[in-house]
Amino acid sequence: MIIEIGHYALVLALATAIVQFVLPVAGTIRGDRSLMAVAPAAALAGFLLVLFSFSVLTFAYVVSDFSVANVWENSHSLKPMIYKISGVWGNHEGSMMLWLLILVFFSALVATFGANLPERLRANVLAVQGLISTAFALFILLTSNPFVRLAPAPAEGRDLNPVLQDIGLAIHPPLLYLGYVGFSVCFSFAIAALIDGRIDAAWARWVRPWALAAWSFLTAGIAMGSYWAYYELGWGGWWFWDPVENASFIPWLAGTALLHSALVMEKREALKVWTVLLAILTFSMSLLGTFLVRSGVLTSVHAFATDPTRGVFILAILVFFIGGALSLFAFRAATLKAGGLFAPISREGALVLNNLILTTAAATVLTGTLYPLVLEALTGEKISVGAPFFNLTFGSLMIPLLVAVPFGPLLAWKRGDILAAGQRLFAAAGIGLVAGAVALYIEHGGPVMAYFGIATGVYLIAGALTDLWLRAGIGKVTPAIAFRRFVGLPGSAFGTALAHIGIGVTLIGIVSVTAFETEHVVEMKPTMQVESGGFTLTFDGMRKGQGPNYTEESGHFTVARGGVVVTDIWSSKRLYTARRMPTTEAGIRTFGLSQLYVSLGDPIAGGGIVVRVWWKPMILCIWLGALIMMAGGAISLFDRRLRVGAPQKARRVRPVLEAAE
Amino acid sequence: MMRRLVAVLLLVLAASPAFAVNPDEVLDDPALEARARALSAELRCMVCQNQSIDDSNAELARDLRLLVRERLKNGDSDEAVIDYVVSRYGEFVLLKPRLRGETLLLWGAPAILFLAGTVAMVLFVRRRAGAATGTPLSDAEKAELERLMGE
Repeated sequence: MIIEIGHYALVLALATAIVQFVLPVAGTIRGDRSLMAVAPAAALAGFLLVLFSFSVLTFAYVVSDFSVANVWENSHSLKPMIYKISGVWGNHEGSMMLWLLILVFFSALVATFGANLPERLRANVLAVQGLISTAFALFILLTSNPFVRLAPAPAEGRDLNPVLQDIGLAIHPPLLYLGYVGFSVCFSFAIAALIDGRIDAAWARWVRPWALAAWSFLTAGIAMGSYWAYYELGWGGWWFWDPVENASFIPWLAGTALLHSALVMEKREALKVWTVLLAILTFSMSLLGTFLVRSGVLTSVHAFATDPTRGVFILAILVFFIGGALSLFAFRAATLKAGGLFAPISREGALVLNNLILTTAAATVLTGTLYPLVLEALTGEKISVGAPFFNLTFGSLMIPLLVAVPFGPLLAWKRGDILAAGQRLFAAAGIGLVAGAVALYIEHGGPVMAYFGIATGVYLIAGALTDLWLRAGIGKVTPAIAFRRFVGLPGSAFGTALAHIGIGVTLIGIVSVTAFETEHVVEMKPTMQVESGGFTLTFDGMRKGQGPNYTEESGHFTVARGGVVVTDIWSSKRLYTARRMPTTEAGIRTFGLSQLYVSLGDPIAGGGIVVRVWWKPMILCIWLGALIMMAGGAISLFDRRLRVGAPQKARRVRPVLEAAE
Repeated sequence: MMRRLVAVLLLVLAASPAFAVNPDEVLDDPALEARARALSAELRCMVCQNQSIDDSNAELARDLRLLVRERLKNGDSDEAVIDYVVSRYGEFVLLKPRLRGETLLLWGAPAILFLAGTVAMVLFVRRRAGAATGTPLSDAEKAELERLMGE
């Protein structure tokens, strides 16, 4: 019964979404304020209904109700509770439910926090959100219904794919979707602005917090997914340029560009048309990503052709929203008046360069991802576009961007002095080069580019700190004033600096692992030893074990440095009983920011086993950098200036001279 | 007989993810092995999704790895090995497609987009720079300016 009520709530949510679209639009056309006021109420009601529906599905998983087909296909009564819950979104139907839940959650947030928005704008934004909700609720109900019953109910479920039974999977999709779907708010704001034909700096101020929040979540989601692949797939790779990864990376690149162009619009009223276009494109890329992952078109064009219902439905959603938005843009963009002027060498100019490179990079990844599909559809010829292609093209695009990053915040708005900015970055570049030289001293023998890569990473960090240093006036004013100025800097200044430091940290991690990782593949018997990263690993033998829904074999290794035992490592292979599916559980030990990674292979005749040992220097920097970037986004969000109309802090801050923006 | 049966059974049961490169495949010459690894990273495992033969544990990937090493041992250049593998498996095996008519757009896309973006940007800035902003000076203001400049 409860299942049917959940199902019914979803149908009601669809009806509410239609109301959320139709009535406010009618209201804005007829200038009827009471109709416009329906939007927030409908958004909140829609959120509660979808939340209820989602909770019912979760409940079915928690109590292992195998009369629900979706639960039977993806769950097992012996599965640990956390994976019963995360299993809700570990399959197609459930993940679309999560998508919808997060979409209506954002609508409800706009309804709640949008009280200071102009009436028409809020009604239009929520109406567009309602239209998107309508499309996805229809998609779920018509093609991917998770509430379908089985009769008679099977006694036991078929279990979740073991690779997905991991804490990483519990967190990764919600974070990713919060990012993906968060950009829908920017999209809706863009459409609303186009409908009204009016857009100004205030618009950018309203959009930027949503873009920042979505971007921060997407950053975290991608990093989480990368770390999950690293420890779960068992061969220590952390980024594969897999189409599914690209599907999340393209919106991230476009979203990063959007954040920066919205900054120009907010401060200088320039780049309006471009910012609106980017807001549309970013969410379009999120939709495209959903299509690529959910339609099955990636696994094989043929699989898509044999069961095309879902794929065609999402494709229709995709064409409707992207096509509709771009047509609207083409008709209305000319009505948006251009704003402030700027010289090519200026803060605006630097941000335009940032946008140029980031959008080119996004388009490059998109081209590489879609090219094989399109070519096969057109000519029947099959080609592969993989990591070597992306590393080459994407890498070449990133080099000029990374060198330019620290210049941006140091250039003045309107007209900047690039020589002066260059002089201020002398110290940062010097520190970077010294770091490169130190790396050469410690780990000589790597490729030359690796040392320049590390130098660039350190230069990015030092360059970001230079900006804070200069704005606080350290060295120019007394330390007390400098400290007060530093503390009084706006949140967005720290946000920018942290995000840019994060890129530097990630770069250092990527370069170190790529250039200096070592790998040993050996056949080992007990008491045999292998050297890796300055450690000696001794293989002590294997042990059998039993988990709730799997059996495992674990190898034990003693890790010593200079003859002294420092730690030990268990590395396992598991066999999940329900699906007879094996997984590797790599043994990982962290030393500072570096890791020792041990993975087990096949047993060999005569009682040994193949062992793979990697030394991954500075690998944690890759994800640490992403966390720092995310923190930067979060701190920027708390900048009071982003909350238009927010009351002044009650405590008057003593006026302190602050460096000009 | 019994031992063989057990061995076969073990092989079937041990459906564990095997490793990519196994110790028995590794060439004695480290320089040659390094070249083999580099080549393997650019060749696709035909039965996997987006995995190179260097990363894959599929049987077919192993065959291909052994083939690459065999050719290298016979003194083939890197290009010759790639050509040979492509002649047997088709262009699909290359993770980095070669520049041909069909892949012109793929390889050209980044450069074309970047250049188009730059041109659009320059045109935009030029046009905007030429546009008048604000209100022009009145005659009185011009006279005042002349006077100040004269001083």
